[in-house]
Amino acid sequence: MTDKKDEVYGDHISHRFNDELMELKTEFLRMGGLVESQVDRAIQALVNNDGQLAEEVRASDKRVDRMEMDIDEEATLIIARRQPAARDLRLVISVIKMVADLERVGDEAKKIAKFAIKLAEEGQAPRGYLEVRHIGDHVLSMLRDSLDAFARLDSVQALRIMKEDKRVDEEYQAATRTLLTFMMEDTRNISRCMSVMWILRALERVGDHACNIAENVIFMVKGEDVRHTPVEEAEKVVGR
Amino acid sequence: MSINQTIASKAALENEAKAPVQTPSAETKRESIAVEEGKTVGTPYSDNPKFKLRNVEVFYGENRAIKNISLDIARNEVISFIGPSGCGKSTFLRCLNRMNDSIGICQVKGELTLDGENIYSSKNDVVELRARVGMVFQKPNPFPKSIYDNVAYGPRIHGLANRKADLDDIVESSLRKAGLWSEAKDRLHDMATGMSGGQQQRLCIARAIAVSPEVILMDEPCSALDPIATAKVEELIAEMSESYTIVIVTHSMQQAARVSNRTAYFHLGHLVEVNETTKVFTSPEHELTESYITGRFG
Repeated sequence: MTDKKDEVYGDHISHRFNDELMELKTEFLRMGGLVESQVDRAIQALVNNDGQLAEEVRASDKRVDRMEMDIDEEATLIIARRQPAARDLRLVISVIKMVADLERVGDEAKKIAKFAIKLAEEGQAPRGYLEVRHIGDHVLSMLRDSLDAFARLDSVQALRIMKEDKRVDEEYQAATRTLLTFMMEDTRNISRCMSVMWILRALERVGDHACNIAENVIFMVKGEDVRHTPVEEAEKVVGR
Repeated sequence: MSINQTIASKAALENEAKAPVQTPSAETKRESIAVEEGKTVGTPYSDNPKFKLRNVEVFYGENRAIKNISLDIARNEVISFIGPSGCGKSTFLRCLNRMNDSIGICQVKGELTLDGENIYSSKNDVVELRARVGMVFQKPNPFPKSIYDNVAYGPRIHGLANRKADLDDIVESSLRKAGLWSEAKDRLHDMATGMSGGQQQRLCIARAIAVSPEVILMDEPCSALDPIATAKVEELIAEMSESYTIVIVTHSMQQAARVSNRTAYFHLGHLVEVNETTKVFTSPEHELTESYITGRFG
């Protein structure tokens, strides 16, 4: 992985420019790792009724915010100092955008953690947790894969993530219907089910952000903006 | 003007002549990236060409400095030529107004037309050609005369003004177009050499404009100027592009990105890529272009 990175961003005449770009990439991946573990732990906290773990997730959101600001600053400095062009420019611009996505993912994890705390306090009957776990696993793997695609500049994998997003949306619809039937079965379920709905909504958003990251990876690699375009178009771009 | 031109040409000759012999270590890796002769990626042709250049080759004696380049320069476009030293961009620029003629060992081959007329045909008058295709050099080179006489020089020898009042008008409008009028109007009869570098360069532009050319060639016009003077010249280029076709050779990639509509990338005498400037600087097609503009070699 490191070899590949060096090949793409590490051969400028200015070694310090190399270092700066490398640092930007590394920091972004570090932030990605942190955010990913936050989502993971928020889900764990929820399904295991672990209020303390949920508290930890909530608290660590500050670190994510801090990292967002640091990476933005680093990116700004690179633009000011180096006036990057072509693939370097696309890397810096993409990182600036993707960092915002990661920060939002962090916020979603925090949201899930809050509900986990609330639900843990109320105790009992974890209805809809199966769906949470299912969609949770799905979006987590998307997030992981999108970071991986970024690290390896793998536009094919990025395209796969864009396609996955549709499936998550379908799963989300299905889960919503299931929860609705729970609510109709017994009105005492409504409050809890609503909380679970919010959690599912948060997870679905995580999938969207992973998808945004994937789109940025395609832009970095191929130089074409595939946002707001049908997947078939993106497929053509990646196939080039 | 001819003395200055000869000096500039000689300097260019020395640069170009060195090129193929040069094999710096940073470049060795790049040698492996193939450049196919005569194959230019992107959009080298135009529907509305001012210059139509086909299979152009330039030799300095045995040394082939320009290798089979075909390119259109569109009417009223600003096109910039970029590339590492010795890549042939200045040599190619000089073909456009036969500035290479003064170099004995230099030979230009291929088809070069301006508005459909062969630039190199023997019946074509070089003096007239250079009135249509003006040039601004790297270092400001005003004549050791007054500001007024510098600008009036061309119109006088080309007989563009019969009366003093006409000449005055040409001088004023040229200086205005070059953005120099307010600074120069009270010292028109002072020596031009007493002006600042940036003012001198704009004076040279005014001098080029004074004979109403159709095309202006600029060979690194800002490399001897400070950022403020550079900004003024760039502003001027943007304004002038409405009425002239402008070809600019520059070592500043940011400058090319700022001022030009299209950018052409030269490499070891080849024309590697020509594309919309926005494309060249965000996602160039050729790997060599990418390497150069991102500072991977040069």
